[in-house]
Amino acid sequence: MSMPLSNFVLYEEDFVKIDEEIKKLHLQTNAKMVFLVDRDGQLITSCGENENMDTTSLASLTAGNIAATGGMAKLIGEKEFSILFHEGEKDNIHITIIGRRVILVIIFDQRSSLGLVRLRVKKSAEALTRIFEEIQQKKQQGEGKESEGLGSPLEEITDEDIDRLFG
Amino acid sequence: MSFINYSSREINCKIVYYGPGLGGKTTNLQFIYEKTNSDSRGKMISLATETERTLFFDFLPLALGTIRGFKTRFHLYTVPGQVFYDASRKLILKGVDGVVFVADSQLERMDANIESVENLKENLMEQGYDLAKLPYVTQYNKRDLDNIATIEELQASLNPLNVPWFEAVAPKGPGVFETLKAVAKRVLLELKKSGS
Repeated sequence: MSMPLSNFVLYEEDFVKIDEEIKKLHLQTNAKMVFLVDRDGQLITSCGENENMDTTSLASLTAGNIAATGGMAKLIGEKEFSILFHEGEKDNIHITIIGRRVILVIIFDQRSSLGLVRLRVKKSAEALTRIFEEIQQKKQQGEGKESEGLGSPLEEITDEDIDRLFG
Repeated sequence: MSFINYSSREINCKIVYYGPGLGGKTTNLQFIYEKTNSDSRGKMISLATETERTLFFDFLPLALGTIRGFKTRFHLYTVPGQVFYDASRKLILKGVDGVVFVADSQLERMDANIESVENLKENLMEQGYDLAKLPYVTQYNKRDLDNIATIEELQASLNPLNVPWFEAVAPKGPGVFETLKAVAKRVLLELKKSGS
């Protein structure tokens, strides 16, 4: 039996495209913060007022949240809940699943509105879906191998490298 | 499933601590948290009940240093051990790169250990993983207690794959980092094997 999913590898050029889209969305929505998380809880990129924000924990909890509501969806016969909205006293969180693979999170306050966020997210979701589809296609075509020329870090890992990590 | 980001030069991997309820999974993470330099770890998140039983998961992000110029991060998760939280356990196993099975060495918990190992296998299989092919180590915890099974007994019942195993006393530390190091090493070697 093979493993269900291979590793998620993100190269510089794709990262730049994703990051630009996130920055654009941040401006357009007037949000406090926008970030993108892998479904497994790994933060891909973030933009906005994030100096005092624990983005790693936010990413992990977002993925847990999506996983839990996804489990609930299946129990009632839905494929997934692709949009979640949490309303707070000052800040709100809007969560969208993009291309079944990544999660787009927007934290906003009264300087923005749910309507604006929903509108802009819809456009961005399409753009981001395209980017991630391209990444997937490239991967399938094996073009991702180009990085080997730059020195893939993984193939050269030695036992000593690993032992050194633990001092 | 590891996440390798060439732009920020990071490798992120997910390790899940599995095992029966009250076996010491959360305690393992707490000990790692306490003994790790604050520069290399993030906040520990525990989604627990009022009586401090894990409800959904514990989460501890750990930055171990760099390999070939890539920052190597491990995200450690625990599952809720209690039998009736099976739906949550399945969710947490998604995208796992390595598993630690934390067994409770006490004789009266042998059945719970066996049930939990079986549950781990089934839940992994549901998602297309084969425990025999996954980076996997076993920890025999609570070795300081009186009424415990021998290592031979534990090995025979819980470790038919004969993966690396460690004796541990999680609240005090023995075995905790040895276990983490062993699973992390296996995860990285697996990454190397798969050539990213």
